[in-house]
Amino acid sequence: MSAAVLVERNLMIYKHTWYVLLAEIFEPILYLLSIGVGIGVLVGSVTGVTGGSPVRYAAFVAPALLATAAMNGAMNETTFLMFGKLKTDRTYESMLATPLSERDVALGEIAWAVLRGTLVSLAFLAVITALGLVESPWAILVVPGAALIAFAFATAGVVVVTFLRDWQDMQYIQLVMLPMFLFATTFYPLSVYPRPVQLVVQWLPLYQSIELLRNPALGVLSPRILVAAVYLAAMGALCLTVAVRRLGRTLAA
Amino acid sequence: MNHTGALVSARGLTKIYEGPPEHVAVGGIDFDVRRGEAFGFLGPNGAGKSTTMRMIGCVSPRSGGELTILGHDAARDRRTIKARLGSVPQDDTLDTELTVEENILIYGRYFGLRRDVIRERTDRLLEFARLTDKRASRVQDLSGGMRRRLTIARSLVNEPDLLLLDEPTTGLDPQARHLLWERLFRLKQDGVTLILTTHYMDEAEQLCDRLAVMDGGRIVAHGSPRELIERYVTREVLELRFPLDRHEQAAEKARGIGERIEVLPDRLLCYTSDGEAALEEAGRRGLDPLTALVRRSGLEDVFLTLTGRTLIE
Ligand SMILES: Nc1ncnc2c1ncn2[C@@H]1O[C@H](COP(=O)(O)OP(=O)(O)OP(=O)(O)O)[C@@H](O)[C@H]1O
Ligand SMILES: [Mg+2]
Repeated sequence: MSAAVLVERNLMIYKHTWYVLLAEIFEPILYLLSIGVGIGVLVGSVTGVTGGSPVRYAAFVAPALLATAAMNGAMNETTFLMFGKLKTDRTYESMLATPLSERDVALGEIAWAVLRGTLVSLAFLAVITALGLVESPWAILVVPGAALIAFAFATAGVVVVTFLRDWQDMQYIQLVMLPMFLFATTFYPLSVYPRPVQLVVQWLPLYQSIELLRNPALGVLSPRILVAAVYLAAMGALCLTVAVRRLGRTLAA
Repeated sequence: MNHTGALVSARGLTKIYEGPPEHVAVGGIDFDVRRGEAFGFLGPNGAGKSTTMRMIGCVSPRSGGELTILGHDAARDRRTIKARLGSVPQDDTLDTELTVEENILIYGRYFGLRRDVIRERTDRLLEFARLTDKRASRVQDLSGGMRRRLTIARSLVNEPDLLLLDEPTTGLDPQARHLLWERLFRLKQDGVTLILTTHYMDEAEQLCDRLAVMDGGRIVAHGSPRELIERYVTREVLELRFPLDRHEQAAEKARGIGERIEVLPDRLLCYTSDGEAALEEAGRRGLDPLTALVRRSGLEDVFLTLTGRTLIE
């Protein structure tokens, strides 16, 4: 697998700039403390999520922030950083002069983005475990879950980046990501919405990502976990196909 | 190896950048590069030199024609070909966050080389580029010339059979340039075939066994530097410089001196087999130049003759 050397390169680079990853864990921790714990004092607990017992608000929010961390960790890599490598640093040009192919570059960068997203969420998982916000041993499912989320969003990021023309276009990504973060049941359950809105929200990839992690984290083994996994796997597979083709064409100019 | 015995062989090689607007960067060129020689592309900005180099490097797909490298088709066997190429692009594409040593290490890994093999070669390559004492420095802290030298050192990590150098000495100081020429000469003696592009006439004359002069995406002439000079220009040139207000008038008067007169914005060039005689003739015609210089013809004159333009404006 010659694509693996891309992961090697990124590890080499992050050996110098590891603090960037640390900063990435900082953001969900801020949300967890301000909203999960702070506002949680006002909210108390959330009912109707586990079927039975009420859940502490911070424990309800934590898995959603974990899903968001996996998403952002992967997507930062394949949108913001990849765009820089494509347009400014021309990193890939030097790789393509070697036996590496456009396909190797695409697969390698996606593999690294998945790894990075997973690592960031693992670190955040350690934080919330330490804070006693994990409710069930099933929370272990969060680890492969985070990897799947990272995969779906890493590939989607590559697809998006092949459409960007300049740095200003990066704004459009923010324009989609921020509302999705706020409304995809991160801070309250789906039941808050009227039925028609629920139908829309359920199609959001971040909603499915949160479902994938929140249920096992709260110890709920529902078929919704499977639905979310299938949704994200399908999204990732589709985006992967498009990403490899489109990035290949962008690189071979 | 194909029938011509060439290491690189191009026939009707074409590159069209899809628009809008569509742009023919290389318009059907033919050339053969022989094993062990140094082959140069000489031409002004936008001539299509880099585009040609990128096609030879299997980085940019061709739009038409044939291109065979090391006996393989450039489009079909890219991986095989690239494993045996070294490539120095016009702009350095080093990993600026990494150290000098790490840059060579990761580049070698792209070729699938083992870490210990790369480590062992790194010492020699750093020596070659005179960067041994910069080994642990980050690339972002290097000067432009040092980066250039690192790019060249890095391109040798796979011990290539064919080395592609796109303007290798642009940005180097004279001393570094001469050192690099010497190093490239040594590589050639070790059997590495070199293909390079340059704006510099002295570089082309010093380094290249054969040249292709490019202009507007076409090859307008090729041959050894000596052949080109003999074929296209006279042995000597008389250069005359006048005050700007008398420039045109002097050009008029000088007509017929030597075999051919070239009028440049700042001076007149009289191509002739005998420069001194031409200078005497100019005196007889009452021309009173500010400066007069007789010199041997060079590639610059070949280029001027072929394209009607000076290479470096
Ligand atoms: N990626 C590209 N897309 C569109 N046009 C391009 C691209 N790269 C080069 N060109 C055009 O192709 C022509 C040849 O460019 P090329 O870079 O090959 O010239 P060059 O001989 O290397 O010039 P220089 O001496 O300035 O490096 C130019 O007109 C240039 O504008
Ligand atoms: Mg060029």
